[in-house]
Amino acid sequence: MINSIYQLTAPRLIEVTYGEIDLSEGGVLVRPSHLSICRADQRYYQGARSKEVLAKKLPMALIHECMAEVVFDTTGTFRSGDRVICIPNTPTEYDDIIAENYLRSSKFRSSGFDGFLQDVVLMAPDRLVKISDDVNPDVAAFTELISVSMHIISRFDKTAHSRRNSVGIWGDGNLGFITAVLLDKLYPDLKINVFGRNYDKLAYFTFADETMHVDDIPEDFMVDHCFECVGGAGCEPAINQMIDHINPEGTIALGGVSENNVPINTRMVLEKGLRLFGSSRSGRDDFEKTVRFLEDHEQSVHYFETLIGETFDVRTIPDIHKAFDADSTLHLGKTVMHWNK
Amino acid sequence: MTFAVVLAGGIGSRMGNSETPKQYLMLGKQPIIIHTIEKFFVCPEFEHVIVLTPKAWVAHTENMIKKSLGKTDRITVIEGGSTRNETLMNAIRFIEKNYGLDDDTIIVTHDAVRPFVTHRIIEENIEAAKKYGATDTVVPATDTIVESKDGEVISQIPNRATLFQGQTPQSFNAKKLKELYESLTDEEKEILTDACKIFAMKGEKVYLVEGEVSNMKITYPFDLKVAATMLGGDLTND
Repeated sequence: MINSIYQLTAPRLIEVTYGEIDLSEGGVLVRPSHLSICRADQRYYQGARSKEVLAKKLPMALIHECMAEVVFDTTGTFRSGDRVICIPNTPTEYDDIIAENYLRSSKFRSSGFDGFLQDVVLMAPDRLVKISDDVNPDVAAFTELISVSMHIISRFDKTAHSRRNSVGIWGDGNLGFITAVLLDKLYPDLKINVFGRNYDKLAYFTFADETMHVDDIPEDFMVDHCFECVGGAGCEPAINQMIDHINPEGTIALGGVSENNVPINTRMVLEKGLRLFGSSRSGRDDFEKTVRFLEDHEQSVHYFETLIGETFDVRTIPDIHKAFDADSTLHLGKTVMHWNK
Repeated sequence: MTFAVVLAGGIGSRMGNSETPKQYLMLGKQPIIIHTIEKFFVCPEFEHVIVLTPKAWVAHTENMIKKSLGKTDRITVIEGGSTRNETLMNAIRFIEKNYGLDDDTIIVTHDAVRPFVTHRIIEENIEAAKKYGATDTVVPATDTIVESKDGEVISQIPNRATLFQGQTPQSFNAKKLKELYESLTDEEKEILTDACKIFAMKGEKVYLVEGEVSNMKITYPFDLKVAATMLGGDLTND
């Protein structure tokens, strides 16, 4: 069967290419329905990656945050019409110690191979998680991002000591917001403090116990554990501020992506006996937990709804450009494409 | 119920020196007709996929389907008719005999030689046929269309903004199509070679579904070269 694939061939240039799907290989054929743009997609689209990276990765279909509908399943796992969340991480081996998203052999959609800007996609059944029709599809579109936060929290839960009276979340963007929403529901007794650089963004964190501008943190303000959801050039001051404001033997979860090396105050990391751990992407367990969370916590889904920026009905390639252009100027939130191409 | 009707009745007389009907030529790893059938086979809305071929090619087509999709009872290959409309009537007769024909029976008819049809086009055909009773898939005309009644001088040049190029699928309420076709005189049947035209001539509305330029018809050797290039592979039958 011939499939249409909408690939980024050069920055800001999307072209349709065609590939063959071999149904005899078996799998689940899905039709993407709701797609959300990630910062990583936007960086490829804008050409904000090194020449070497662009030369290596392009042409490639973007988008790894995707809800889809099952069209046809040769494995008998799903029914046609089931709404599913697609898992972009695609392991090529199994390891009983190392999580699938850390295996160096794993491939990732819209990074190592084509993402979901396609007419239909043939997936392995274990790369799909069924989601209830009751969950707002525009929120379900960015389940992948929520699952990244869920993954960080799961690892935090395994790593951090048991005194969990208060946490500090650095970062008032999407990841910080999602992490705060999840922590608020998963740890009802936890005091959640959010630190950011933007008063207008911090105003969205109405459910947090405390929000504070990073310039206004009192010197003696301390938290048990920290979540870094800043990324980029802001990582350095954020992590060093966390080191200053964390209690001894606290855990710092690093979640923001930085293109540069980040110098941090290791002397104080040593003196306080801190633990810093990194997380990247997510795997099937995280998706399953996230989908259950979305199905069980309606109020949290309403909080996530406030992140939905613009939605675009995409019927043409120029519509894709409109969505990416709008997303590039988005202050906070997610751009969602309704895929009707 | 909704049925897919894949029309492979043509003998491909325009396909250069090739003796094989064009729908059976290889495109990438599969014959063109298999690419097309698979597009409809995977759509859960279709109760059954009916493939109409020249008599001599029925068994061959069945074998190819079995080879690519395994044994399935959701596809039937039958013989096409002497004209496109007679082929459609054969499909409707098959449906009537095996499933019955009622007011909700929809057929989505498609040329076997248009393997680039997309999932969206098929879905929108089903939706529109259910709502309006007849649909045609079109793209805006890009070339200026010139009309000449004697083939020597221009009679008129219609306004391109109002012109579209017809593709397939064409989708219909099957019962309505049968009624309209049976009401035609033999002379009208000769002239009305396009099922949408039958609806239009009888004053019935035919809704337009937006096609894709890539939903091309592989008619000439040039088209097969283009299609093979689009797929990024070599041309097996060149």
